[in-house]
Amino acid sequence: MRPLEGLLVLEFSQFMAAPTAGLRLADLGARVIKIERPVKGEAGRQIAIRNIFVDGSSLVFHTINRNKDSYAADLKNPQDLEHIKKLIARADIITHNFRPGVMEKIGLDYETVKAINPRMVYGVVTGYGNKGPWALRPGQDLLIQSLSGLAYLSGTRDAGPVPFGLATADMICGAHFVQGLLAGLLKRNKTNSSVLVEVSLLESVLDLQFEVLTTYLNDGGKLPQRGSVKGQGHAYLSAPYGIYKTQDSYLSLAMGNLHHIGNALGVNLSRYDDKSLWFDHRDEIMHQLAERLANQTTAFWLNKLEQEGIWCAEVLTYKQTLQHEGYLAQGMKQEVTLPDGSKLSTTRCPIRINGEKLYADKAAPRPGQQTESINQQFELTA
Amino acid sequence: MKPLEDYLIVDFSQFLSGPSASLKLADLGARVIKVEKPGTGDICRQLYTSNVIMNGESSVFHAINRNKESFAADMKTEADKAKLWELLKKADVVMHNFRPGVMERLGFDYKSVKAINSSVVYGEISGYGETGPWRDKPGQDLLLQSLTGLTWLSGNAGDPVPMGLSIIDMLAGNHLAQGILACLVKKSISGEGALVQVSMLESAIDFQFEAITTYYYDGKLPERSEQNNAHAYLGAPYGIYQTADGYMALAMGSIPQLGDLLGCHALLAYAEVAQAFELRDEIKTILAAHLLTHTTQHWLDILLKADIWCAEVLSWDKLMQEEGFKVLDMLQEVQMSDGYKYSTTRCPITIDGELFKSTKGSPKLGEDNDRITAQLINNG
Repeated sequence: MRPLEGLLVLEFSQFMAAPTAGLRLADLGARVIKIERPVKGEAGRQIAIRNIFVDGSSLVFHTINRNKDSYAADLKNPQDLEHIKKLIARADIITHNFRPGVMEKIGLDYETVKAINPRMVYGVVTGYGNKGPWALRPGQDLLIQSLSGLAYLSGTRDAGPVPFGLATADMICGAHFVQGLLAGLLKRNKTNSSVLVEVSLLESVLDLQFEVLTTYLNDGGKLPQRGSVKGQGHAYLSAPYGIYKTQDSYLSLAMGNLHHIGNALGVNLSRYDDKSLWFDHRDEIMHQLAERLANQTTAFWLNKLEQEGIWCAEVLTYKQTLQHEGYLAQGMKQEVTLPDGSKLSTTRCPIRINGEKLYADKAAPRPGQQTESINQQFELTA
Repeated sequence: MKPLEDYLIVDFSQFLSGPSASLKLADLGARVIKVEKPGTGDICRQLYTSNVIMNGESSVFHAINRNKESFAADMKTEADKAKLWELLKKADVVMHNFRPGVMERLGFDYKSVKAINSSVVYGEISGYGETGPWRDKPGQDLLLQSLTGLTWLSGNAGDPVPMGLSIIDMLAGNHLAQGILACLVKKSISGEGALVQVSMLESAIDFQFEAITTYYYDGKLPERSEQNNAHAYLGAPYGIYQTADGYMALAMGSIPQLGDLLGCHALLAYAEVAQAFELRDEIKTILAAHLLTHTTQHWLDILLKADIWCAEVLSWDKLMQEEGFKVLDMLQEVQMSDGYKYSTTRCPITIDGELFKSTKGSPKLGEDNDRITAQLINNG
């Protein structure tokens, strides 16, 4: 049995951050109903990567919205709004990520919803919070990365700002949103009254940087100094931390005792006797290691380094990772079934409960796919 | 009122992944007791970044372990084991991030804890899961990035570029917190406990679920653009560009529209939507040269007015001077038991308008032993 079974979530959210939270709640057992405008559905259905569409919606949409239902409603139509309000009376959680003011205009702001359902956990995702000069700016992943300082942590010193090449702000904010909503449920179960949960992409990306920000705040405001050697892995860590080119591919070396690593590789690093030099001279140390590592294959070095218990790994592509026994053993892949009976492969929820992997073969819904059955089940049109 | 008030968490974890999860739970109101090895404690206490030492310990440790108590106990001596069992009897949550098999050897595995505390929620983080050939590899962030394909997404085409943060540790910690909270919700209704397991490997894969689902669909590896890459799967203009006085991010806009707005006539030729992806290197080259000709503010004024998604690229010093940052009230000062104060960030979640700040700094190793012994161990 899944921990959130019996809970009903209404998702007014679009795009990525909040819908990834809805997906996690669904995989943990909640019933998640997307409230979408009729016919076209949420805007995320049209946002594609590599222009891939499946069953009328983008593959990205399918990835984020599997295991959910869809209820079509025009929130500007009074009758539809009445149906939604009846549904709200039965729900445990509502989520939305409209810009500040939109839900007020629709008439489903927190105060109104609370009056309909005094035990509602009401969750809101914004880009930048709901006050200040940025509140109405678009809350988009790359923009948040750019404003938050995150772009100065990866790549080399002379590369300029290098963003994380994934929707990192969305993903981490969605992860915080789940925690806030679940904590909100705990509070509701205790107090028996409604709870308002708010997260923002910007606060989440600042939290993501909390270790290095704390270092910055207590080190006289020294900005991150990325190394100048290709493959440098972390602006704040000493040599050898990074990725190195070998004769046939790439190898990563994490933190460890530099002398131990030097000995294993046959590079004399004894002049860097004091640990502080491993950071201060990391560029020249990494240069020496890179020269040495380029002379042999990855397998050759891995064999030497692993024997010595040194933290290292080969650098794999999806092609290699997804066929590797280390990945396959986790059973991470799952298939969902589309309306025409064909299958789509994706990954499952990363959390296991009581040893059980949380699979779900239900594909993302078409817009309004469950409208009729939800009308009946909850007697919304009666 | 904090949502996890009255919850007791006994945390055996070290480094970042597990302790970042218990920090969230502490900020949400739980009492977190960090069990540490006498003498050395959490290894993270001495894991320095850029040689910064704060009050004798690493800045990273202080960031991760504020708002917690420290209980020094040797998990291998009978006397300390007996104390730990008293503590575990009263815990709502027990968590650790030892490698697979270690807690079984120490005798504090889920089965054993459940036997004396049937409603416990027991959380664990491994590097690579319980099975498979990677099981005993060190669960270290850069290694996970390397093994899961993540290094082929950032930076421009060519060599692999790691993400410059312990991103997988952070994700695994967040996933563990999610699992624990979900099971606490269930426990609050049914009284039942549960075992929650996450691994850095599964968390790293989940982080890439869009890209991996795409790979399963078309079998094509990610291809980063030659320059200004910000996302291997997105077309122009998506990226960060240098301007006359800094950098700016540009996240959308049809190419001809951008050509019009920016006065860059060469872009008008790319009228077909598909070209934005297929010819992105060409387009980005033109765009990059053009954006160099004026300041960031000049371009932002034009683009924001037209509702084009764009932003300046800030470093932390600049960010912290911005009103948009200040209104978040994101920073807080905390104090250790010896009076040492430091600044850090707060919990990113707001509930009922309440910011979860806490003035409690990180604990000295074992500083709460006496109090915990009196409160929770000697009182039956």
